[in-house]
Amino acid sequence: MLHPVPTLKETPSQTAGPYVHIGLTPNFSEIKGIYPVDPGVTMLTPDTRGERIVVSGRIVDGAGAPVADAVVECWQADADGSYAQPMGPNSNSAPAFLGWGRQPANGDGVFTFETIKPGAVPGPDGKPMAPHMALWIVARGINTGLQTRLYFEDEPEANATDYLLNKIPDPRRRATLIARKEDGAVPRYVLDIHLQGDSETVFLDM
Amino acid sequence: MSDIILPGEDGALYPRDRAWHPPANTPGYKSTTFRAPKHALLSLGGTASELTGPTFGHSSLNALDNDLIRNYSQDGSEAIGQRMIVYGQVLDENARAVPNTLVEFWQANAGGRYRHKREAYLAPLDPNFGGCGRAITDAHGFYSFRTVKPGAYPWPNGGNDWRPAHIHFSVFGHAFAQRLITQMYFEGDPMIWQCPIVGSIPDKAAIDQLIARLDRHNTTPMDALAYRFDIVLRGRRSTMFENKLEGN
Repeated sequence: MLHPVPTLKETPSQTAGPYVHIGLTPNFSEIKGIYPVDPGVTMLTPDTRGERIVVSGRIVDGAGAPVADAVVECWQADADGSYAQPMGPNSNSAPAFLGWGRQPANGDGVFTFETIKPGAVPGPDGKPMAPHMALWIVARGINTGLQTRLYFEDEPEANATDYLLNKIPDPRRRATLIARKEDGAVPRYVLDIHLQGDSETVFLDM
Repeated sequence: MSDIILPGEDGALYPRDRAWHPPANTPGYKSTTFRAPKHALLSLGGTASELTGPTFGHSSLNALDNDLIRNYSQDGSEAIGQRMIVYGQVLDENARAVPNTLVEFWQANAGGRYRHKREAYLAPLDPNFGGCGRAITDAHGFYSFRTVKPGAYPWPNGGNDWRPAHIHFSVFGHAFAQRLITQMYFEGDPMIWQCPIVGSIPDKAAIDQLIARLDRHNTTPMDALAYRFDIVLRGRRSTMFENKLEGN
């Protein structure tokens, strides 16, 4: 198939810098009164259907230090495996579940999303992909935002046939994308993000 | 009749040109040393998870969200500094406007000081300047905001490194894989070319894309200068419509 050549070049990325919390989570940065709440801080609404879960992780650099200045965003399907439809310019009603979240890392480099477990989304081959969340990480020292995915430990069969996980031959590398489950009143899934080192997370070019 | 190719919405995104962006590890910018992944990125291609993304209604914004001169005013006064309008068009690589997408921006004040608890530069805070704002692009992809020109400031990298005046930008597009953070610089600033963060971008033509142009036509007389900064997000390959000139 032929494709026309793109006419413009993408604007090059630059690091989000050490103060990205000012821009993306100002209330967390104690800049109060500009936004009523930080965008993406609350993913759940009373009308959100699905199993409530907590997703958490610690971002660690190659020296083992927490990346406390990071911002993490997630994008996920709803409980049925559907992504939210684009909103019109004059839309006044937020969807019951947008599926997008944004959290600052805290002083220990830890981010936490309160969300629902996503349903399975069809992959390019038509087969369902295992339930997952897309993650995007920016911080000082990250020149281009890092894209990765989070999968769920308690979906072994779906994970075994997943479109993306099957592109990673090394099981140790594959394991960097699979969150371990900690049972509780609200199930908690934990996935640490390693920017470098023996456990370096698989990052995506997509 | 040969196959006709028309721009479509359903195609995959063009692969990101990683040689146009800064590499992950740029030793001149020391913070990358322990934060740059060492493994090659895994090429995924597009799935629904990357080709969709969050959108936001205009009603989610407040009237002053795009006015950094007034959106943090504590006592009714306006922020101190060189007043200016920053505006531009968000486009994709096919030169098509990207309407209805969220653009966020943050910056230091006119003295080069950020309102952040870890920021230690001796330049004073401006009590009426918070330093962040946001806008949603209109039907033609345009955003605009009003602010003061940020100051240059020193930073602990090479002992005596200075950041050129800049504004940070975050843009969504309509697909999560279009997500972009970058920085905008000012036309004619000699500080641009000695900055290790700017220098993380290998190609001077790519750096030029980050330099906003002074726009005399859009200045507000007796009030504010204007700078134009267009932003290009990844575009989608066209879908092919065989032997059809229009529609599908």
